[in-house]
This record gives sequence, structure tokens and C-alpha cells, in this order.
Amino acid sequence: MIFTDHDLQLLLACIFGLLIFASIVGQIIAKVCRNDRNQKTIDNLNQRINAWWVMSVLLLIAILIGTIGTLILFVFISFFALRECITLTPTQLADHQALFWCFFIFLPIQYLLIGFNWYGLFAIFIPVFVFLFIATRIAINGNSIDFLGRVAKIQWSMMIAVYCISYIPALLLLNCGNDHSQNIKLIMFLVIVVQLSDVLQYVFGKLFGRHAIVPKLSPNKTVEGFIGGILSATLIGSLLWWITPFTFWQAGLISALLTLLGFCGGLCMSAIKRDRGVKDFGAIIDGHGGMMDRIDSLCFAAPVFFHIVRYFWY
Amino acid sequence: MMKRLLAGIFRVFLLISCKLITGVQARWLSPPTNRVRIYYANHSSHLDGIVLWSCFPANLRNTIHPVAAKDYWGKSRLKRFIAEDVFNSILITRKPRSQDNPLNVLENILSQYQSLILFPEGTRGSGEQIADFKCGLFYLAKQFPQIEMVPVYLSNLNRVLPKGSKLLVPIICYATFGEPIQPLNEGETKNSFLTRAKQALEELAP
Repeated sequence: MIFTDHDLQLLLACIFGLLIFASIVGQIIAKVCRNDRNQKTIDNLNQRINAWWVMSVLLLIAILIGTIGTLILFVFISFFALRECITLTPTQLADHQALFWCFFIFLPIQYLLIGFNWYGLFAIFIPVFVFLFIATRIAINGNSIDFLGRVAKIQWSMMIAVYCISYIPALLLLNCGNDHSQNIKLIMFLVIVVQLSDVLQYVFGKLFGRHAIVPKLSPNKTVEGFIGGILSATLIGSLLWWITPFTFWQAGLISALLTLLGFCGGLCMSAIKRDRGVKDFGAIIDGHGGMMDRIDSLCFAAPVFFHIVRYFWY
Repeated sequence: MMKRLLAGIFRVFLLISCKLITGVQARWLSPPTNRVRIYYANHSSHLDGIVLWSCFPANLRNTIHPVAAKDYWGKSRLKRFIAEDVFNSILITRKPRSQDNPLNVLENILSQYQSLILFPEGTRGSGEQIADFKCGLFYLAKQFPQIEMVPVYLSNLNRVLPKGSKLLVPIICYATFGEPIQPLNEGETKNSFLTRAKQALEELAP
């Protein structure tokens, strides 16, 4: 279907054109502006660009394979994100069985439900059944020390790493036509707007950032980066209206909401990292840190985007 | 021939699974080298040996042998195959009869310029504290004073596969490779050497 859908072809050409452009600019900056003071920032910038290549190609391959490929990709993303969340939270021996269930039973089931097109159970499986199960399984082991805290940590990890992230491939569930190309374009729209907003906030922050927005949580999130990033990503989102069922103004409004949600996601994950005394969730993606560091903004944006589109359009 | 091929396939499979489950990150305070060394680490999980071994560059792995207990890893044919053929382990008896000294096997390996991975606590602990070391490390230090002894602190493995559990939970683990400890001093007692070695390991704890 990708080969026949002209909108998708154009979109892919834009994405990879942008990546080529970014790589060239990255190389030029590395050649021209190299000095000891900003060496680290430049190296990090080029690492990030290379990682974007890898991530874009992986997403493209997964989408080309079809629903199964997309689901497998997101199973792995959730798996790595959940592993990082659980590593950061000090779980105890009595939580061991509950954790095993989360990784090897509930995580696959959540994605199987998308594969089986079972929206009704998909939407409630983790927040109802899994949440009750986790608390019960931990209680059975009889260790009551910090019970509420331990249960909440595992539930929240499941919430952000599995439930929220599964809403991205869940866009394939929406009934928007005979082939899946509209669903794929919705996934691309979500990912592009939210991730570009991250990148643009980073770029504007590096260029003009003066005032930290929540200085106690993150020195890298600045008012200047926030405003510049959100405005420019919203503009790009509205210019992408042609790949969506939205009009230009609707696309702009939804993009603005998505970028704000993305910012909230990043802020909450920063709070977790600050509390645990770490800079990144992990080191799985060169230049970006862990999986959770890359998808934190998608966590909050994906479920809201899904339900808006499902309620008003399909 | 068949056995070696099978061992090779098993090794790749187990190394990938190990990476997927523990995502182990090595921190080298003294860089990896092909010198003969004894690496000694804290012990809290059956995975310790595999995880530590997987941290080494592929070209060094053939010359580094984890030391494992014969009464556990020699129990079934599969375990023995995994320990000896897949991971080049050396199996030793923990409760030797008086005449055969288990250290003879290790001395044999060291004199062939091959390295060892040892768990001097002798058995797995809960992961919270390091137990007192058994004396094997001291006798090896005495026999081979020129061989460097390197402490390696393993974190989080007790959360992946704790003692008494058969369930794996994926959690990122860290292996911190310290500087080699000072060689055995002239006239240093067993206790003082073992305490010193244990302290060097404890200092690596994050």
C-alpha cells in the first residue's frame, strides 16, 4: 500500500530528505565550528542525528512488514522502556512474581489485543485487570512494607511503558477504510509532530535558551525552547493536514495539543529521573539516553490523540 | 564437531538472551587486557558468570574461564554442556575429599596463560551484603604472585534471578571492573589478604 499511496511516498521523501539535510548540516558544523568548548554538544548532535536515521529506518521497515511488524516493533519498545522503569524503581524480592507477569504475560497480551482488533478489552485491560492483579500478587507474598508505594511504582511503569505506548500501534485499530494507509498516516502524523516538537524545543533551547521553565526539574527545558518548539511544531503539524482526515485548522489545533502533552510527558519523566538521581533512563540509544528518554513525550500524547480521532472522526 | 557447532549456536543464543534480559553495561576502571588475570566478583545469581563473561570483548572470551560448582553445574547433561562447552567453565568440587585439591585444576589453567572468573564467597547471597571469602583466592595469590587480581562488582543481578527463584525479570545490570589489587605482601596473613580483597570489591559498589 505504501507503494501505491502518493501521500505516503511524498511524506517519506520529506522525512528522509530532512534526515539527509540534518546529516549534512551536522557534518558541516562538526568541520567548521570545532573547538574544545562545544565539542561535546556537536558530538551529541551528530549522535542524535545518526540515531534518528536508525529509528526512522526501523519504523519504516516495521510499517512495510505490516500490522505484525508494527506490533513487534512496539512490543520491543515497551519491553525496553519497562525494563528501564523497573531498573530505576527499587523493587523488592516480594515483587518478583508480579514483575514476571508484567513483562512476559501482560505486555504481550496488550499487543495481541490490538492484533485481534479487540478494542473493548484493549482499552481497559491494564488499568483494570492488570492493576488489580499486581496489587493482589504482591499482597499474597505478605510483605507489607511500603506496600502502596511498591504497587504504585509497578502500576505506573506499566501505565507509561506499556499502556500509553501501545496506543501508537492501536491507531491501526481505527476503522478508516479498506486498506491501512490512513491508519499508517495517522501514526506518522502523531510521531512526527511529537518528536519534531522535542527536537525543535531542543534546538530553540540550545540557540536562545535563557530561562529554565521548571529549574528544579530540568535545566535543559527553557521558556524560549518551549515557546519556539511548540509554535514551530504546531505550524509543521498544520502543514501536514493533507496526510490526515483533518482540515488545516483542525490539524493545527490537534498539533498544539499534542506538543503540549508531549511537553507534560517529558516534564513528568524528568521528575522521575531527578527523584532517582539519574540523568537518563538508560543508554540504549546513542546520544539520546534510554528508550524512555526518547518516547517520554509520546506516552502522554498517544492515548489522547487516539481517543480524539476515534471520538470525532472514526 | 557437531558438539562444537551446537555449543556455538547455544552461545550466540544465550548471549543475545542475556543482553535482552540484563542489558548489562560494563564500566571499566582498568581497561580489558589479554594479560592473565583472576577476576573475582560478588555472587547473588546463577546468571553472574554468564553476565560477567559476556562483558569481555569476543576475542578475549576464549581465554577466560568462569569457575563454577560441580555439584550444581555438573548435575545434568544439559547444565554440564552449558557450563563446559558453551561458556568454557571450569567445574570444581566445593566439598573435596582430602586427597584431591580443587585448586589443582585452576592452577593448571593459570599456568596455561588463561584467565579465571571466581566467586570467592563460594555460594550465592541475597545481594545485599558480600559474605566472607573462602580461602581459595589466597592460595592462588600465594602460588601465582605475578597474576593480577581484579575485583568486579555486579549490581542488580539479584533482582533479575534471585536465589530461590526460577523466574527471570528483565532489569538492567551493571558490572564495574576495578583496578587490580596490590599483590600478596611478604608474610601477609590469609585473613588480612582476604579482608583486603573483599574491601576492594565493596568499594566498587555504586
